[in-house]
Amino acid sequence: MIYKILNALIVVFVGVVGVPVLYFALNALVNRIPGRLRTWLRPYVFVGPALAMVGVFLVYPAVHTVILSFRDRFGQEWVGFSNYVDVATDASMREVVFNNILWIVFVPTLTVAIGLAVAVLADRLKTTAERVVKSVIFLPMAISFVGASTIWLFVYAYRPSGEQIGLLNAVWTLFGGEQQAWTQLSAGNLNDFLLMVIMIWLQAGFAMVLLSAAIKNVPVETLEAARIDGCNEWQIFWQVIVPQVRATILVVLTTVTIFVLKIFDVVYVMTGGNFRTDIVANRFITELLSARNFGAAAVIVVALLMVTVPVMVLNIRRFREEEATR
Amino acid sequence: MAQIVLDSVDKVFPGGVTAVDNLSLGINDGEFMVFVGPSGCGKSTALRMIAGLEDISRGAITIGERVVNDLPPKDRDIAMVFQNYALYPHMTVEQNLAFGLQLRKMPKSEIKRRVGEAAKMLGLEQYLGRKPAALSGGQRQRVAMGRAIVREPQAFLMDEPLSNLDAKLRVSMRASLAQLHERLGVTTVYVTHDQIEAMTLGDRVAVLREGKLQQVDTPQNLFDSPVNLFVAGFIGSPAMNFVEAELVREDGPAVAFAGQKLPVPEESITAKEGLDSYFGRRVIVGIRPSDFEDGTLADSGWARMSVTADVTEELGSEINVIFMIDAPPVEHKDTSDLAHDVADEEEAAIPLAGNQSIWTARVNARSRVRPGERINLAVDTRNLHFFDTDSGLAIGHPEAAQVAAAATAEA
Repeated sequence: MIYKILNALIVVFVGVVGVPVLYFALNALVNRIPGRLRTWLRPYVFVGPALAMVGVFLVYPAVHTVILSFRDRFGQEWVGFSNYVDVATDASMREVVFNNILWIVFVPTLTVAIGLAVAVLADRLKTTAERVVKSVIFLPMAISFVGASTIWLFVYAYRPSGEQIGLLNAVWTLFGGEQQAWTQLSAGNLNDFLLMVIMIWLQAGFAMVLLSAAIKNVPVETLEAARIDGCNEWQIFWQVIVPQVRATILVVLTTVTIFVLKIFDVVYVMTGGNFRTDIVANRFITELLSARNFGAAAVIVVALLMVTVPVMVLNIRRFREEEATR
Repeated sequence: MAQIVLDSVDKVFPGGVTAVDNLSLGINDGEFMVFVGPSGCGKSTALRMIAGLEDISRGAITIGERVVNDLPPKDRDIAMVFQNYALYPHMTVEQNLAFGLQLRKMPKSEIKRRVGEAAKMLGLEQYLGRKPAALSGGQRQRVAMGRAIVREPQAFLMDEPLSNLDAKLRVSMRASLAQLHERLGVTTVYVTHDQIEAMTLGDRVAVLREGKLQQVDTPQNLFDSPVNLFVAGFIGSPAMNFVEAELVREDGPAVAFAGQKLPVPEESITAKEGLDSYFGRRVIVGIRPSDFEDGTLADSGWARMSVTADVTEELGSEINVIFMIDAPPVEHKDTSDLAHDVADEEEAAIPLAGNQSIWTARVNARSRVRPGERINLAVDTRNLHFFDTDSGLAIGHPEAAQVAAAATAEA
């Protein structure tokens, strides 16, 4: 344990102190080079390390993955598109994709809806109360996905025999329900939704902070003008506030969508993809580590990448537009 | 259209600040009423209470025949123009204009007619498809006006609608506002801190200070017979000159101050009830800059006083002569409030004049006065103003007696 803590401290130290030292050293080095070569070289010295990191840890693996997707399960022989055909025709894959679609449809919208509701309601509280409420809602953001999932394991906990420790079961039985094995239910896609709750719990704070800032930027006078023009509070919200924070809503939606596309930890910790809750990223791990089918695993990643990139581009473009109108 | 009546209205904010204190005021049907006063005098709060954006702490507000205290803004049948226009940024000009009508479920054809009419009246036709961000300040201001006009409300409420415009545009918009009111004849309550706007636009002007109504009257009456030092100093530009003087009777009644002596016409003494009791006592004398004239150009019947011009401001049509009077500046709560307000808003450093008062005289442009030279100024002594040194109230003013009575009743 001591060893691990020391390790962490060293990493933090290297990150915080090492990086500036590296840049100072490189800069000093460049200063020794004479004349025009120096001016030509200097930008690369500063951009270079970042580019190298992206290249080594992002571009190279991405390219390698694409290559692997065209090779056999051991990554040795070229097999053309057969991996793609296998994955596309695999019946169990259909369920995985459908689950992912459920996640993409419900998590971002619910996250934004809850974030927006909290932001609007908190805005009406007194300053201290508002701060407390926002901090509490924002708190889960500080927890890692794995940590959060572990917390929710206890919320959903069910033991076939002996003393029950699950929070949800405690509440459920209080209202006269039977003990349930949550996340292992047989009804429809309920298990999926129970897992989505965790993601929403994690991301609602993020949505709230951005939306709250946007709502505070809405001029009070426009609300007063609307009140005089004849709006009730509901109409003010939908016709005056929401349109004015539309850009932020879209940014939050796309950002959460990207998170959701990559969702893995929650499902891996909670169910391991069992009980019809499997999703694409978890399926990738299964193919890679359990089935040891490198080709199929690579295909899944490539597919995920192809879906994520357009959303990403859209998000960046929208963000730029928003910055430009500021 | 309707009359608006404020009956003993108070506004006390949480925390105990009284923004409006026992305000009673009747605004006639079709009247253009201006609330004017320094910042923090409660004029905007009073307007917002009429609009329904602020609760009324005490008293009653009536619009038309209805007491509106408990009605939400949308049911008061009023329209408001805000200082920063408060246009909906996500709607086009046309949608901005139509929004209030759509909410009231008005037939489409009627909305179209009204929006078209207002756009034509305000010269906004070619901008109907644009969003507010693509408009200039003046155009946005007109859209804000249009949004009020299309509603055809009982009353317009305007909260410093011109103060975000540059000086030139403000003057032309002021004229259009006056025209618009002439044409539509809708009861209007207009808030401003600019006394020139108040004087030029208002049928009547209500001067407020610290939440209390000081005086409400036509611009001319406010100028000619202010009820106290505050109104006297606030209305009129350049501001009225004040000095503490002794009212004496030698050959005839006269005021003596700083080595000067100005005769006071007998008619003034008789016209201003109670002024005769001040003989041998100190009073505050007020003289409007416009009641001065260059002695060489003035009526020979006017009294004279000889002073040294320190600064002359030549404005083309007239000259402002600024000179020193060898008497300490009048120290009264009314005048210090005014000085404070000027310092706040224009950050004008008050020139250090030691124990002297700075006065301004407005003389004819043909005057040959030059800085540093002596000038023989003529004074129209019929227009001297007299104020009590303690209360600051105008001596002999009919309303002043009421204010004094109210003040003693309160104490």
